[in-house]
Amino acid sequence: MIVEFGHFALILAFFVALLQTVMPMIGAQKRWSGWMAVGEAAAVVQVLLVAASFAALTYAFVISDFSVALVVANSHTLKPMLYKISGVWGNHEGSLLLWVLILAVFGASVAWFGGNLPPTLRARVIAVQGSIGLAFIAFMLLTSNPFLRLETPPFNGQDLNPLLQDPGLAFHPPFLYLGYVGLSVAFSFAVAALIEGRVDAAWGRWVRPWTLAAWVFLTIGIALGSWWAYYELGWGGFWFWDPVENASFMPWLIGAALLHSAIVVEKREALKAWTILLAILAFGFSLIGTFIVRSGVITSVHAFANDPERGVFILLILAFFMGGALMLFAARASAMEAKGLFAPVSRESALVANNLLLAVSCFVVFVGTIWPLVAELLWDRKLSVGEPFFNAAFTPFMIALALLLPVGALLPWKRAVLSRSLRALWPAAVLALALALLGYAMQTGRSALGPIGLGLGAWVVFGALTELWQRAGRGALGARLGRIARLPRADWGKAVAHAGFGVTVFAVAAMMAWQVEDIRTMNVGESFDLHGYSVTLAAVEKETGPNYFTTKAAFDITRDGAAVATVYPEKRVYPVAGMPTTEAGIDYGFTRDLYLVIGDAQANGSWAVRSYFKPFANWIWGGAILMAFGGVISLADRRYRIAAGQRARKLQGVPAE
Amino acid sequence: MIRALALSLALIATPVLAVQPDEILADPVLEARARDLSKDLRCLVCRNENIDDSNADLARDLRLLLRERLVAGDSDAAAIAYIVDRYGEYVLLNPTSKGANLLLWIAGPVMLLVGGGIALAYLRRRRSETDSTTEALTPEEEKRLAEILNAENAQTNNS
Repeated sequence: MIVEFGHFALILAFFVALLQTVMPMIGAQKRWSGWMAVGEAAAVVQVLLVAASFAALTYAFVISDFSVALVVANSHTLKPMLYKISGVWGNHEGSLLLWVLILAVFGASVAWFGGNLPPTLRARVIAVQGSIGLAFIAFMLLTSNPFLRLETPPFNGQDLNPLLQDPGLAFHPPFLYLGYVGLSVAFSFAVAALIEGRVDAAWGRWVRPWTLAAWVFLTIGIALGSWWAYYELGWGGFWFWDPVENASFMPWLIGAALLHSAIVVEKREALKAWTILLAILAFGFSLIGTFIVRSGVITSVHAFANDPERGVFILLILAFFMGGALMLFAARASAMEAKGLFAPVSRESALVANNLLLAVSCFVVFVGTIWPLVAELLWDRKLSVGEPFFNAAFTPFMIALALLLPVGALLPWKRAVLSRSLRALWPAAVLALALALLGYAMQTGRSALGPIGLGLGAWVVFGALTELWQRAGRGALGARLGRIARLPRADWGKAVAHAGFGVTVFAVAAMMAWQVEDIRTMNVGESFDLHGYSVTLAAVEKETGPNYFTTKAAFDITRDGAAVATVYPEKRVYPVAGMPTTEAGIDYGFTRDLYLVIGDAQANGSWAVRSYFKPFANWIWGGAILMAFGGVISLADRRYRIAAGQRARKLQGVPAE
Repeated sequence: MIRALALSLALIATPVLAVQPDEILADPVLEARARDLSKDLRCLVCRNENIDDSNADLARDLRLLLRERLVAGDSDAAAIAYIVDRYGEYVLLNPTSKGANLLLWIAGPVMLLVGGGIALAYLRRRRSETDSTTEALTPEEEKRLAEILNAENAQTNNS
């Protein structure tokens, strides 16, 4: 009954979305305030309906209702409760429902927090948001209904893919979807502005917090996924250039470009048409990501059950929204002339360079991702494009970005003197160079990768610190520090996020250059040396988990006779799904991780053991968290809070009649 | 229940872990070459995983085959060519730059040049265009201004 209720709520949500699309759009055109107001009410009703639908599906998973086909395919009574709940979105239909729910939440958020927007713009944004919801709910109801029942329910389910039975599944997809779908708000703002024919500094200010929020979520989502892969897949890889990873990375790159170009619109009223285009493309790449994951055109670890019918439907959605928005863009973009003037050496120019590098690097990822498809279609060549290509073709753009970043961030708006900014940066440059040389002297190999990464990362981090220091003005140290502490949060956010980028650049290079690997067989009781640590295989035992069997090893790690840690890597087999997984034993440290994996028993009774010394592993995700944190600080900046405060005051100011 | 689980467990072939201790060549130079080459070879049944990282049996076969060729005295290029002959171009994670693939490799640099050119043209225009403060009025604004002036003229004439 509750399942049917969820299905019914979803059908109702479809009609509410239809209302939300049509009425405010016409209302804004005709200046009918009543029709425009319908959009806000519809957005709120829609979020309630979709939430009810989602709750109904969650309920079916929690009580293991095996009359529902989706629960049978993805759940099992023995599965722990956390995975029963996260299993709701561990499949195509359920994750689509989560996507629609988040879409509705963002639509309602525009209604709730958009009080300071001009009424017609707000109505149009809500209408465009409603149309996206409409398309996706139609997609669900027609091709991917999660509420289908079975005529004869089985006694138990087929269990969730064991790789997905991890706390990572509880957090990685929701954050990722918050990011993907959050970019739809930027898209709606862009389309609404194109319909209005008006893009000004105020528009830049309104669209930026939404983009920033979406980008922060996307950053966290990608970092979580990367960390999950690191500890789950059994050899400590953190990025595979898998098509689906690329699908999340492309909107991230374009979103980052959009964040920066929206600043130029807000502060200088330039780059308007380009910013609109980026807002359209950012969501376009989100949709392409959806297509890649759900169509089966490109195979990937992440792909859901593939179905050509679904692929065609998503392609239609993609063609409609991208085609429509780009046509609108072509018709209206010329009307958006820039106002601000600036010299070739200026903050504006630096941000143009930033946008160029980010957009082209995204293009490289895009071409690499779809190339196998193109080659097969046009030349009948079956080929692969993997990590070596992306490392070679993508990395140079990130190096250029890291080199330019500290200089560009220091340049003043409008007209800058390059030598003045460079003079302020020379301590940072010297420090970075010294660290790079130190890295080169300390490493054992001849690889240039580690020292270059160290130097680049240090250059970006010290550059961010230099900027804060510069902003403090002149005078006594105490006064300067006081001024630094009182800098606007936007400046702090910028410095923190840029430093985070530097940290990640360094950590990725360090991991790739300085990782130490060891593969061997050993008996219980034996020891070996892993980069200065002594590792002893203390025991291997067979155990039984709630829904799996496991071979669990215990490794004692010591250094110079002092105990460091004991880790317990496992090799699990999930009998229902018929799949094995490896659970690495990891001793996390600030400057290194020790990563141990237990393999098969050998014929002579010994065990295969793989172990890694992973330098600065946590810094990769630490840098990503810093980037996201910088975004959050920036979101709390006064100019966004003031705008919200004004609305509150205005509401209070309305006299009671 | 548990017995059923144990039975099904026995039926599942436990997969091998990525590079196995017994695969490693005694000669560290050859082994290092094998590891380097493995990074560019794809496990055909996996998804974008190289044969070093893959747990699949096929990846193990490829690792052994590669080492066999190296031990037999093949050069790096010859060993790779041997595998590509048998498994197809699909096995290469690092696509060649032959034929149409050249497009793939030059797409990024060409786009950078094109984008850079557009950006430079834009920057030049932003420097030279007239400032917004001296910008001409739009037709509507002119009309509105004329209306205001006319109204004022009418007023002064009347008084």
